[in-house]
Amino acid sequence: MTRQTLDFPNVESLKRLALSESGFIFDPVTGNSFTVNHTGLALLQLIRQTLDVGQITKRLQAEFVIDASVAERDVSEFAGLLKVNFQ
Amino acid sequence: MNAPEKILKPWTKPSLSPHRVGVMNKFGAVRQHHHQDEVDGVAIEPLLEQYGSPLFILSEKTLRENARRLRRAFATRWPKVRHGWSYKTNYLNAVCSILHQEGSWAEVVSDFEYHKARALGVPGSRIIFNGPWKPSAILEQAAREGAQIHLDHLDEIYALEQVAKGLNKKVAVGIRLNFDTGYTESWSRFGFNLESGAAMDAAQRIASSEWLNLTGLHSHIGTFILDVRAYAAQARIMAEFMEKVEAETACQIEYLDVGGGFASRNALQGVYLPPDQLVPSFDQYAEAITGALLEATRARSAAGQPLPTLILETGRAMVDDAEILVTRVVGGKRLPDGRRAAILDAGVNLLFTAFWYNHEVKPLRPLDGIPEETVLYGPLCMNIDIVRSSVMLPPLNVGDALMVRPAGAYNNTQWMQFIQYRPAVVMVTQAGKVEVVRAAERLSAINDFERLPESLRVPFPQGLPE
Ligand SMILES: Cc1ncc(COP(=O)(O)O)c(C=O)c1O
Repeated sequence: MTRQTLDFPNVESLKRLALSESGFIFDPVTGNSFTVNHTGLALLQLIRQTLDVGQITKRLQAEFVIDASVAERDVSEFAGLLKVNFQ
Repeated sequence: MNAPEKILKPWTKPSLSPHRVGVMNKFGAVRQHHHQDEVDGVAIEPLLEQYGSPLFILSEKTLRENARRLRRAFATRWPKVRHGWSYKTNYLNAVCSILHQEGSWAEVVSDFEYHKARALGVPGSRIIFNGPWKPSAILEQAAREGAQIHLDHLDEIYALEQVAKGLNKKVAVGIRLNFDTGYTESWSRFGFNLESGAAMDAAQRIASSEWLNLTGLHSHIGTFILDVRAYAAQARIMAEFMEKVEAETACQIEYLDVGGGFASRNALQGVYLPPDQLVPSFDQYAEAITGALLEATRARSAAGQPLPTLILETGRAMVDDAEILVTRVVGGKRLPDGRRAAILDAGVNLLFTAFWYNHEVKPLRPLDGIPEETVLYGPLCMNIDIVRSSVMLPPLNVGDALMVRPAGAYNNTQWMQFIQYRPAVVMVTQAGKVEVVRAAERLSAINDFERLPESLRVPFPQGLPE
């Protein structure tokens, strides 16, 4: 399956993360921990499912008040952030 | 998949913040968590709508309060005190005029500043004229109008002597001194050095002149000086030199001018303690200066000789916190190293002091999301255009407005007209009214001074090349 954007992080390294409902993330490989807000948590879960940007946008719009263009922008920015921190 | 009856949640920008365990918070105390949407009770957002962004906003109330606090701090500790407003710190006419109304003289360092003070109705006799270069025309005007001229170097003594002779008038002068206080780096390029004997030589030279009369001593030991002991040393050294010069020449020193340099409530780069914990109050500066002066003039007082007037040229500490810059976010990005960055519509073109201060940055509205390390860039195509290289802020969206403060000192004078128009400056008056004190620039502000030779005007005689 191909993704619409090349800037997505490696899903395997995202799958190793321990996530809590309150937004606490623990990376067992590096020992680092993080806090995500609720939208970040939702996005991380969607990206872990290997969905592409279009699919993610649709799923976000089902849950949040958000324009497709804002969603696309924020998704790709957040994906970049995941890549920097978990690869 | 879509359930139409489902209530959708509001979207906030997703954020992710690493926990830095055991790492000291290098940003110092977090000052950014609050927001502020008004100046002296006047809402800022409507001002941005009306006058555009970016926008400088001046508080008349704060400026007057600062002037009164400074005067109170010194006048309660020394019999004769005067303040000269350092024009270079902020020479907006409104700022200068408020301070003149509060009793300040004008302290100028160029012909342009001298003209500006005169145009505001300040008589020459209430102008202190400093600086290393005073062109002959303005030197003559200053001598004629009775300005308080402070000589910087030997050639200037000769120049003023010629001017005085031409006017057939004996001119009172001060000399600028430089010396080592033991606490500050000596600004030895300005004035006459005390330790080397150059200052006493200058005093002797003036004493021997038919046309000049030494009546004052001036020095300015630096800027943003946090250690009040530097001022105590300065005051003591100047008072001792006064005694010496009066004893060795027949002059009578009427004033000691200690210059400016009091720190404002701003955060110097590289200093991690917040300004509230570091910056001395006017009372603390006053206590140090007048304490040293009282001590050094004990014999003089006992002998019934007059005490000199104490002159201050306080600049940044007077005006810095009386003005803010408001700017909007025009874009955001994620840097390759993971840091968040925002692009603002104001940069170092308007906030020259961003080169040495970490200004406080506050959103106008509470922003959702977890604060994270953010770089704030200006709009210029220059790598050095950085408003804050690291500040903790929640996620920013295009259009969000930020207040940058304090911004009253040196920005409205050192700002550059580089690729952008300079924006409006408005003042919230004591009565709560909003006045434009400098209109936003238009193209004519620059083009009116240019002259395009006939042969370069369109249509070009030969048409346009292919
Ligand atoms: C002669 C003189 N007086 C006063 C000032 C004002 O200094 P500050 O803004 O540090 O108070 C300056 C600033 O450079 C100065 O050179």
